Amino acid sequence: MDYLSKYDLLGAFWVTVQLTVLSAVGSLVWGTLLAAMRVSPVPLMRGFGTAYVNLVRNIPLTVIITFSAVGLSSTLGVVLADKNEHGFFEVNNFRLAVLGFTLYTATFVCEAIRSGINTVPVGQAEAARALGLGFGQTLRIVVLPQALRSVVAPLANVLIALTKNTTVASVIGVAEASLLMAEMVEKQADLLPISALFALGFVVLTLPTGLVLGWIGRKVAVKR
Amino acid sequence: MSAPGTVPMIRMAGVDKFFGPLHVLRSIDLEVPQGQVVVVLGPSGSGKSTLCRTINRLEPIDSGTIEVDGQPLPAEGKALARLRADVGMVFQSFNLFAHKTILENVMLAPVKVRGTASAKAREEGMALLERVGIANQADKLPAQLSGGQQQRAAIARALAMKPKVMLFDEPTSALDPEMVNEVLDVMTSLAREGMTMLVVTHEMGFARRAADRVVFMADGEIVEDTTPEEFFTSAKSERARDFLGKILSH
Ligand SMILES: Nc1ncnc2c1ncn2[C@@H]1O[C@H](COP(=O)(O)OP(=O)(O)OP(=O)(O)O)[C@@H](O)[C@H]1O
Ligand SMILES: [Mg+2]
Repeated sequence: MDYLSKYDLLGAFWVTVQLTVLSAVGSLVWGTLLAAMRVSPVPLMRGFGTAYVNLVRNIPLTVIITFSAVGLSSTLGVVLADKNEHGFFEVNNFRLAVLGFTLYTATFVCEAIRSGINTVPVGQAEAARALGLGFGQTLRIVVLPQALRSVVAPLANVLIALTKNTTVASVIGVAEASLLMAEMVEKQADLLPISALFALGFVVLTLPTGLVLGWIGRKVAVKR
Repeated sequence: MSAPGTVPMIRMAGVDKFFGPLHVLRSIDLEVPQGQVVVVLGPSGSGKSTLCRTINRLEPIDSGTIEVDGQPLPAEGKALARLRADVGMVFQSFNLFAHKTILENVMLAPVKVRGTASAKAREEGMALLERVGIANQADKLPAQLSGGQQQRAAIARALAMKPKVMLFDEPTSALDPEMVNEVLDVMTSLAREGMTMLVVTHEMGFARRAADRVVFMADGEIVEDTTPEEFFTSAKSERARDFLGKILSH
């Protein structure tokens, strides 16, 4: 397997890690906001949250990523990098991919958090409101901290799925792990060892996520 | 009912409430003057909890008016939150914040709603926990306390907001019998100190001992509104006598 030295394996997986981490942060923030909208007392916000989640999570990810690159960037002219910068297309497509993954993954984060909110007894929010806390304070101080604890394990699943979903970025040419794998498979004859290698790479990335978050989830569970 | 020229602490006039087709409160008129302790009695499903919960608008009403200390209940929003801060509520199931310690539970609203400095809130919180007899539990989580201790903590949490009036919805119904008195004792001393209280309970002893007035509800209506003495010895309505017969026979 001396051809391995010809390819930048670590570099490709590093791109996968960057895609995953940035999209994870983005979708946690956007997903939490969506969840807040879905439980808010304002009908307009509830409507938007519900419509967004039901629309976006049912679109195939490939379509979303392709739309980010072709539709948003080429057609509508949304550009997320400096055109004169060296490697403009790589940077722009990487950022568009992060945007696409964020918009998509946020719907799953939202639903995980919402189901977590539903595990918090209504009495908790009622007690908070009865003390004079507003909707935002009740959510932030009382409900979400308890919901997030029961949501760590489902969020780990979302994160693992996201890690694997980042391979879709290869359709718009982002040089993450699976793009390199396709290239290697094309040029080398050793299909099996190469596939095994990349499979192992992804397991190395996702296994700790599941284990660490599972452990955290058990640690922070709320006693009642 | 209140002395002329003074505003009742709670005033309900012509209040109606529906759950779907179910008419749960039927033109309720009730005035509670400052400092009065009112016990609300009635069979299960008669609307006692709903009555209690409409007063701080945890349940919105369909018609009629509710005023607290002369202020009509505002719609959902900042003004309502401000009014709720002045109305203490104690629930059957305690509802202490499960992820916060007892002291944090008591300090939370003064700090977040009233903007009290943390050190001051802590000092006042400890004093309240002292008063309800659980100062030594301050740093525990709610789940580590007995039911009676949790309910006393919940009373301290409500008192921390220095409310004008306290609402209690069956505060002892979820407790083991041996813990009922420790909670009733706290409530009785509150009543002695002149707190305005509306208490839904099945504790007849408390009603006799601490109440100034008994309101008896059945099928969403106030059927009797009288002194404890009168109510227990010479209830006028058939439904009240029937209720008393059932409750006093065991
Ligand atoms: N959220 C709700 N949705 C629909 N119906 C409700 C709701 N809450 C209460 N009810 C109904 O309204 C009626 C009055 O309920 P409420 O809880 O006020 O009675 P209660 O006098 O407190 O009874 P209990 O002594 O059992 O606590 C009951 O028939 C109850 O089933
Ligand atoms: Mg009730």
